[in-house]
Amino acid sequence: MRFMDEYRDGAAAEQYAIALARITTRPWTLMEVCGGQTHAIVKFGVDALLPPEVTLVHGPGCPVCVTPLELIEKAIEIAARPDVIFCSFGDMLRVPGTATDLLSVKARGGDVRIVYSPLDAVDLARANPSKQVVFFAVGFETTAPANAMAVFQAARAGIENFSVLMSHVLVPPAMEAILSSSECRVQGFLAAGHVCAVMGYTEYEPIVEKYKVPVVVTGFEPLDILQGVYMCVRQLEEGRADVENQYTRAVRREGNTPARDLVSRVFQVVPRKWRGVGEIPQSGLGLAEAYREFDAEERFGVADQTTDEPAECESGRIMQGLIKPPDCAAFGTRCTPEHPLGATMVSSEGACAAYYRYRRLGFVDAMAGAGSGASTGVGVGARVGARAEVPVGG
Amino acid sequence: MCLAVPGRILSIEGDDPVLRAGRVDFAGIVKRVNLSYVPEASVGDYVLVHVGFAISTVDEAEARQVFAYLKEMGDLAEIEEVPS
Ligand code: SF4
Repeated sequence: MRFMDEYRDGAAAEQYAIALARITTRPWTLMEVCGGQTHAIVKFGVDALLPPEVTLVHGPGCPVCVTPLELIEKAIEIAARPDVIFCSFGDMLRVPGTATDLLSVKARGGDVRIVYSPLDAVDLARANPSKQVVFFAVGFETTAPANAMAVFQAARAGIENFSVLMSHVLVPPAMEAILSSSECRVQGFLAAGHVCAVMGYTEYEPIVEKYKVPVVVTGFEPLDILQGVYMCVRQLEEGRADVENQYTRAVRREGNTPARDLVSRVFQVVPRKWRGVGEIPQSGLGLAEAYREFDAEERFGVADQTTDEPAECESGRIMQGLIKPPDCAAFGTRCTPEHPLGATMVSSEGACAAYYRYRRLGFVDAMAGAGSGASTGVGVGARVGARAEVPVGG
Repeated sequence: MCLAVPGRILSIEGDDPVLRAGRVDFAGIVKRVNLSYVPEASVGDYVLVHVGFAISTVDEAEARQVFAYLKEMGDLAEIEEVPS
């Protein structure tokens, strides 16, 4: 696929690896913020191409993983109602609540549907006027324009039987929460390219200023990630901390202005709980006053419910870059994708699921095929991306 | 979840800016995509699509920079290695 396959070129990856090894003189710990990047790193073995001094830790950037238990419980309660068609992106269905999940609600006869786009849920509401159609609006800034448009169109068309269960989270406040922790190990960030495609990257300028950590806006293909790591390490080695943009083919400094405009019209910034982490101030999006009638929590009277998180799952520490998935005692034993204890084992972009899928047997996949080991000690196949998928969804 | 996939716009319809949509080709798979956030995009352009919405146009000129950067680094390394 154009604009994907060429960024999986093994020879270019090897050259990046060599260049990176050449400039690295000291240990550095970088965090890739987005779960999509975590997935690509583990799948293509990008981390195996890095010099031993450079460690990547996996960030909180999977909206499925950070949706608090409390909201899962609310979703389950609403979805079980006989008058409701509950719509969600597929990944949310298996996220464990306290006692059950959305998939089990569906198995017991609840009308739970997987949609590709939030506009599909608006269409369902239009087609089923006697039902209440609820959309589980999860996501980061990348997804906010789509979800804002769904609410905006429903309002404009006067569709009263549509509402959204809002679980939107914002990236920069989470980065600040990680940086201000006394345990923080992160010395540089690969910022999430698609979040920045929407938001631009001016928001990172004060963070870089305050914490003196480089931030490199980075894409999702192996070469993007390698270049992002290179740019970040080069800043660290030179003692600089700037915002740089690796993903110039998709990200402009100001982001996507029409998208940002609609998001700020339909949504407003609110405090949000993150699963495994706790509440982070100003870290989420809720509906703006003018669109409050579309709030499913209020419509179904669940706004005041709270639920405490279980202690066993370590996903909160993983998402803050403090430990890696195999460090969790439950990993691969009591916790597997079939029987997940935490959301990071469910979502295909969750760090635990990525490690379970590609690393459980201790091998490094795709990128690190057989071949002549360069200075990295890892051979690179002629063309990485053996399992190029054609994912057209979110 | 924040995955966005590049595809090529085949056609555009809709006069209402909010309902602007089009058919987008993802290496043979054609989907209907909302294009209201990429008013500058026209037929033939590549857009990044996320949950049915184009969120950005792919800048063809910038698309080569990953490789250009690599070449630049190689050239620099050669210059540095030349004994003075
Ligand atoms: S392995 Fe399971 S229990 Fe452990 S942190 Fe990951 S999701 Fe949580």
